[in-house]
Amino acid sequence: MPDKVKFTIDGQECLADQGVTIYEAAKANGVYIPVLCHYEGLKAVGSCRICSVMVNGRWMASCTQPLSEGMVIENDAPLVNEYRQAIIEMLLAEGNHFCPTCEKSGNCELQALAYRYGIMVPRFPYQFPRRKIEAFPGFLLEHNRCIQCQRCVRAIQTEDGRKIFAMKDRSKDIRINIDRKLAAKLSEDQIQKAMDICPVGAILKKGVGFIRPIGQRKYDRQPIGSEIEGEK
Amino acid sequence: MSAKPVIATASLAGCFGCHMSFLDIDERILDLIELVEFDKSPIDDLKTFTRPVDIGLIEGGCCNAENVEVLRSFRKNCRILISVGECAIMGGLPAMRNTISLKECLEEAYLNSPTVAPKDRLIPNDEELPLLLDRVYSCHEIVKIDYFMPGCPPSADLIWEALTALIQNRSMKLDYQLIKYD
Repeated sequence: MPDKVKFTIDGQECLADQGVTIYEAAKANGVYIPVLCHYEGLKAVGSCRICSVMVNGRWMASCTQPLSEGMVIENDAPLVNEYRQAIIEMLLAEGNHFCPTCEKSGNCELQALAYRYGIMVPRFPYQFPRRKIEAFPGFLLEHNRCIQCQRCVRAIQTEDGRKIFAMKDRSKDIRINIDRKLAAKLSEDQIQKAMDICPVGAILKKGVGFIRPIGQRKYDRQPIGSEIEGEK
Repeated sequence: MSAKPVIATASLAGCFGCHMSFLDIDERILDLIELVEFDKSPIDDLKTFTRPVDIGLIEGGCCNAENVEVLRSFRKNCRILISVGECAIMGGLPAMRNTISLKECLEEAYLNSPTVAPKDRLIPNDEELPLLLDRVYSCHEIVKIDYFMPGCPPSADLIWEALTALIQNRSMKLDYQLIKYD
C-alpha cells in the first residue's frame, strides 16, 4: 500500500493518496475548492484559475497541481477568496449573462459561484459583446454565455472518437467552434450530456428549458460545494 | 430633519416588478409605515422631492435622457442610494439591446418588424419623447451607488431585511436563499 501524503489546508491537517491533485486531495478531505473548467473524469486544463490556491506562498491551480508532502495550502483565505471573486466578476462582465432570461439559471455553476462568493455587482464594466446564437438539430449554442472552459471540447466525441467542439481564434475573439455535420448526428443522450457538462447556459437542449421550477433547481437551496463539505 | 428616516423610490427602465416585490412584504408594510416616511415615490404618488431623503431605491437602468435626469436628482437628494434588481445593476432585459446598434434596434421595431402596418412605418421622433441613449446603462455607470440588491425581482424578504437593517443600523442577516439573480 502506498504511503499517504501529509499536507494542511487552512491549518487543517489532512492525508491523501499519492499521485492525486490538490483539488482531489481537498475533496477527499471534505474541503471544497471551486472549479469551472475542470470536470471530474476529464483531463484537467487549468484554464479558468478559479481553483487557484496559495501553496507555500505561491499561486497554484489546484486542478492540475499534483499534491506533494508537507504542502501548506491556503484555500478559504481572504486573499484567495478575493482573487476568486475577481475572476467570477470578470466572467460575469465579459459575456452577456442575463440570468433572468437564462434557461440554466438556478443550475448554472458560474451563477452558483457568484452566490457562494457573495457577489452583488461586478467591479468591472459590462462589455456587452456581440455574439451569435447558433441552432442545431436538438440543441442551441449560445455564445453570449460561453466562458470558454472547454469542457464540451474534451467531453463530447463521436463513437469513433472524433471531437465535435473545438476552440477557434485567440484572446477576446476566442470562441467554441462546432463541426456542423457531426453535431447533426449527436444523440439525445449526448446532447443531454453536453448540456449537463456545460457550467453555464451555452449549450442548451431544445424543448426542456425551464423544466424545473424555481425553488427546486440545483443551487436554489444549497450553495455549490456543500455536497463536498457535507461529506466531512 | 424628520424624526423617521425618509424613503424615496423610482422606476427607471424597469418593469415595476421590483416595486411589486416591495409591496410583497404584505402586512409588514404596516410596520414599515411605523419605521419610515415616504417622499417622492410611485407608492405615495409624490412627483417631486419635498425634503432631504435618507434612502433612495432605484429600480431599472438608464435607457433614455429622462432616466438619467431622475437618477441624478435621486443622487442629489438621497443620502444613501440603492440599486434594486438586475436592471438597475446591469441593465437587465432592456440591456439586451446593448449588443445591437440603436439604429438597427429602432428600424427593427418601427420599420421592418412584420407586425408594423405599412402606413405606420415611422421611427418616433417627437420632442416630447425623452431621447434614447446609445445603450442601456447600469445606474452605477451614471452616479455613485452605495448598495446593490440583486434579483429579478429581489424577494420581498431581501428588500425587507436590507431596509430594516439599514434603518436600524445593524448588519444584515442574509440567508443563502435570499440572494438570487433571477
